[in-house]
Amino acid sequence: MADLMLWGVLPYVVLVLFIGGAVWRYRYDQFGWTTRSSELYESRLLRIGSPLFHFGLLVVIIGHGVGLVVPRDWTRAAGVSDAAYHALALGLGAVAGVCTLAGVALLVWRRRTTGPVFSATTGNDKLMYAVLVLAIAAGLATTLVSTAAEFTGAHEPDYRTTVSVWWRSIWVLSPDVAAMAAAGAAFKVHALVGMALFAVFPFTRLVHAFSAPWFYLFRPYVVYRSRSGRTPPATRPAQRGWSR
Amino acid sequence: MGRVMAQVAMVMNLDKCIGCHTCSVTCKQAWTNRSGVEYAWFNNVETRPGQGYPRRWEDQERWRGGWTRTRGGRLTLRAGGRLKKLATLFANPLMPSIHDYYEPWTYDYGHLITAPLGDDIPVARPRSLLTGEPMQVTWSANWDDDLAGGPELAAQDPIVQQVGDRVRLEFEQTFMFYLPRICEHCLNPSCVASCPSGAMYKRAEDGIVLVDQDKCRGWRMCVTGCPYKKVYFNHKTGKAEKCTLCYPRIEVGMPTICSETCVGRLRYLGVVLYDAERVGEAAAVEDEKDLYPAQLDLLLDPDDPDVQEAARRDGIPDTWLASARRSPVYTLIKRHRVALPLHPEYRTMPMVWYIPPLSPVVEAVSGTGHDGEDADNLFGAIDTLRIPVEYLAELFTAGDPAPVERSLRTLAALRSHMRRVNLGQERDPSIAEAAGTTGEGLEELYRLLALAKYDDRYVIPTAYGVDDADRGVIEEIGCSLDFESGPGMGGMGAAHGRTPAPPFGEASGRPDPASVETFHALRTRQTSDAPADRADLKGRVNLLNWDGNGRPEGLFPPKEEP
Repeated sequence: MADLMLWGVLPYVVLVLFIGGAVWRYRYDQFGWTTRSSELYESRLLRIGSPLFHFGLLVVIIGHGVGLVVPRDWTRAAGVSDAAYHALALGLGAVAGVCTLAGVALLVWRRRTTGPVFSATTGNDKLMYAVLVLAIAAGLATTLVSTAAEFTGAHEPDYRTTVSVWWRSIWVLSPDVAAMAAAGAAFKVHALVGMALFAVFPFTRLVHAFSAPWFYLFRPYVVYRSRSGRTPPATRPAQRGWSR
Repeated sequence: MGRVMAQVAMVMNLDKCIGCHTCSVTCKQAWTNRSGVEYAWFNNVETRPGQGYPRRWEDQERWRGGWTRTRGGRLTLRAGGRLKKLATLFANPLMPSIHDYYEPWTYDYGHLITAPLGDDIPVARPRSLLTGEPMQVTWSANWDDDLAGGPELAAQDPIVQQVGDRVRLEFEQTFMFYLPRICEHCLNPSCVASCPSGAMYKRAEDGIVLVDQDKCRGWRMCVTGCPYKKVYFNHKTGKAEKCTLCYPRIEVGMPTICSETCVGRLRYLGVVLYDAERVGEAAAVEDEKDLYPAQLDLLLDPDDPDVQEAARRDGIPDTWLASARRSPVYTLIKRHRVALPLHPEYRTMPMVWYIPPLSPVVEAVSGTGHDGEDADNLFGAIDTLRIPVEYLAELFTAGDPAPVERSLRTLAALRSHMRRVNLGQERDPSIAEAAGTTGEGLEELYRLLALAKYDDRYVIPTAYGVDDADRGVIEEIGCSLDFESGPGMGGMGAAHGRTPAPPFGEASGRPDPASVETFHALRTRQTSDAPADRADLKGRVNLLNWDGNGRPEGLFPPKEEP
């Protein structure tokens, strides 16, 4: 029953929150949709921490995509041995994960110790940072557990037959609860914290990720816009500034 | 002829600027009297020589603003092209920090009335508006006003460093003038080109450069892109903000706040027509010294029938054409060539022009006991007083002294010619000839520079759909932002229980239904003068943030029970 709620119902609740929340926020809070950058206050630490975190995160996201989307049979069919796949995934995952964690740690430390940045930190930010750091830490823990299992030969369910199968089944609306229930504890924790992150995502400053400005690469440099469809202003008898 | 576009441009006559900062203050009251932009001055007045605001903004070796010409003759952003912009999205290495502007502060006024009884009179100490902590005030937007700080600060002026030691020596003999600065509303705006989100744009009708507050995502690249450092990052909202050329006023034919309130009446506003298709070509000329002539060449003669026909073809209304023909700005820039652009070498084609100050020259001449209004004395002084001319040339013509000299000679001839007229002496055509003009030209210039009334200085056509006969008869309150889901100068009434909604200040802008956080932040800001929640300040009203409307809670102490 708990498994059904956690892996059968919760993902859909999170999806509704994530997609619905993003649509709702996009429609009603364009003005609040921003990075809320704190670079103006402090840039020395940001210049190290922020690229470390963001580029690390990009690699992590790509890794998640590959790990969750591509079934094991496909990579086997492509002639990639499981051992090679795992070595690559864990190696790359560990490096990217550590970069991301180090980056976010530096950013949180900067946020706490730099006066203006700390003053500009809202409760919303604090909650977001807690969930984000937890998600990254739990993710890194799964990598460690998997690596340890790889070296010690301990029995650890392969996430590609458990988590990934469950993840893909969500999208065809028949969640494979049993597959996820069979996954390791670290993966379960990571999945739960990840779902928490996605649930709060649209309501935090993280939304700036949705507006990654790819379009900039393709548009002309100078943008012109026309003022149109504006209601003409009201009129009254003329008065100069000094005669008011 | 390529596509004809109209641009509302400004000219400032620097000889008339007394450095009173009224323009800065009224601009601040109108646009940036909000938290998040405490440090931002859409209009500021700098003393030259001096470092300016933000500090040393002209040092493009460091800030890399504006455009640069590649060896192949193409224009590219000096801070790097599109790919580099995206690669440095996470930490912009070329963004000024708050300390390059100044750390905004307030004073702990509360201490004056809450201090315990003691022998010493309590004082209001400065507190940072960023952290709320006590701070030492060590810099501001005009810290080196009137050459305060002397050679130590002024020697840090990037132009002084460029022109060399000679300025510093002459500088001991006081050569100084004021430079009021707003956004240049460039024809080739590098801030717009730098915006990854496409939130910044140049308005097709009047050329005003604006930031779409709803589309801005806070990537901060515009701050880097603008070589004049006239785009500011609002650190509370996380959005870029900049001078709007007071477009709600311009649209109804009124001058900007800075122009309206200018004590010296030194600002001129008017329409110029330009050939939009040749902008890129003009901005990419090889020699920096050719940029001023190239920019001049872009401006089209509104009296030319071909230009008029092309303008009508491109949808410019007749009212705008008529306005362009009366434009004082076009007259000063192109007919008399006395107004010069600020730093054309940034290749942005700036549209706020300056008449260089003759007063340092006049003062030098009269200071030595000579007649400061005699044409020969002045001409000679312009030629020999290399320092002001070279300095001004670095400022206005990418280092080419000829246009500056020409402008100064015209101003000198004007003084001399008009003195003869005023004293009833015979007109001496050689004076005007020496400046490359005629007596009639000088008298026209005299009328425009010395006598021009409000309607002659500000020739602004109203926005489309409004008859030109209505110029200036449009109610300020009914500004064109005031429509449903507009960018929000009105319409806040419902959210704050106020009708009518205040057009400016903290409670202005449209309601933010999604962000509960913003609501709380707004309320906190309005009722405290501390940057974040401070329990002991709850319930107080910060009068500096109060826009004068209504009676906010906490304005008066609670009524005591009888």
